[in-house]
Amino acid sequence: MDHTAEGHQPAAKEEEAIQHPLGVYFKIWILLFVLSAMSYAVDYYQIQGYMRWFLILLFMILKAGLIVAVFMHMVWERLAMVYFILLPPLLLLTLVAIGSLEADWTFFTRAIYFLQELVQTGPASPPGH
Amino acid sequence: MSAQNVATDSLELKPGIEGVVEDWSSDQRAFKNVPWGKAMMWIFLVSDTFIFGCFLASYMTVRMSTLDPWPHASEVFALSFGGAPIPLILIAIMTFVLITSSGTMALAVNFGYRKDKRKTFWLLIATAVLGATFVGMQVFEWSKLIMDEGVRPWGNPMGAAQFGSVFFMVTGFHGTHVTIGVIFLFIMAYKVAKGHLDDQKPGWFTKRGGNYEEIEIMGLYWHFVDLVWVFIFAFFYLW
Repeated sequence: MDHTAEGHQPAAKEEEAIQHPLGVYFKIWILLFVLSAMSYAVDYYQIQGYMRWFLILLFMILKAGLIVAVFMHMVWERLAMVYFILLPPLLLLTLVAIGSLEADWTFFTRAIYFLQELVQTGPASPPGH
Repeated sequence: MSAQNVATDSLELKPGIEGVVEDWSSDQRAFKNVPWGKAMMWIFLVSDTFIFGCFLASYMTVRMSTLDPWPHASEVFALSFGGAPIPLILIAIMTFVLITSSGTMALAVNFGYRKDKRKTFWLLIATAVLGATFVGMQVFEWSKLIMDEGVRPWGNPMGAAQFGSVFFMVTGFHGTHVTIGVIFLFIMAYKVAKGHLDDQKPGWFTKRGGNYEEIEIMGLYWHFVDLVWVFIFAFFYLW
């Protein structure tokens, strides 16, 4: 038995890759430029509040999606690999959830601690840290 | 035997969810129709995603938990060219430089598969030079922040002390990735120019025969670096 797992077919692969027309890359490239300009515009025109967060996330996800899908050739990969790549990072959302719970608690305890310090020593004293 | 196996392999691959189950429960390998190096690069990139994901999650945690106001990135990274300071302009230019380099990289992969050595070589060189430009601008950004603004990992005059540690850690790690990418882009350009990929000459590290798929694998890494910057730009500089 020889190792067929190692034997890939360069000819077939290359033919397949050539079939991506250059035009796709140029279109995505231009789209990425436009999206970057728009996310910079969010800051330049000082859009604030929920609208700012929404727009930042929207442009970020669109840009990331285009890079992964086209530039990293994910639309041409088999689903077995796509799922292997895209699903595990979703676990990071758990970390984000735990982190935000923890951060709220830290903020709360810090606020109490520094408030007590302020009451005891008065505002005129130099900061304790 | 080998040719026959490969042929049945590609003939019987099923699409959709059924294909996912078949691929993952099959003998020898789960990633069909993908060269060995490409699957390995993706595994590395998924693990790298977790590293940067952890950085960004801890950045969120320290930013949410501090009592001091977070410095305004928009003002901290403003630059003036003679006139009024333009907010975040350096970072915007860096973003465009990195996206441009991503485009040239994608074209290099495409021309590589077309066996167009000249175009592939110059596109790889262009990508490397743009990457080096990015790192150069980052050096300028860092030195400006350290020397002029007095930002340190343990504090800064603008507000929350955590700003500096997050900034140096996250952008430093990303900049390291870009630097490593630039080095490997130059190596790859050299290999293309010397015809190592045509001759299947073994590489110095893995000793596997050269192939134009190497450029695609290199490209995966480079696009990933650009991808990480998209998230850093959104969460650290814009948020």
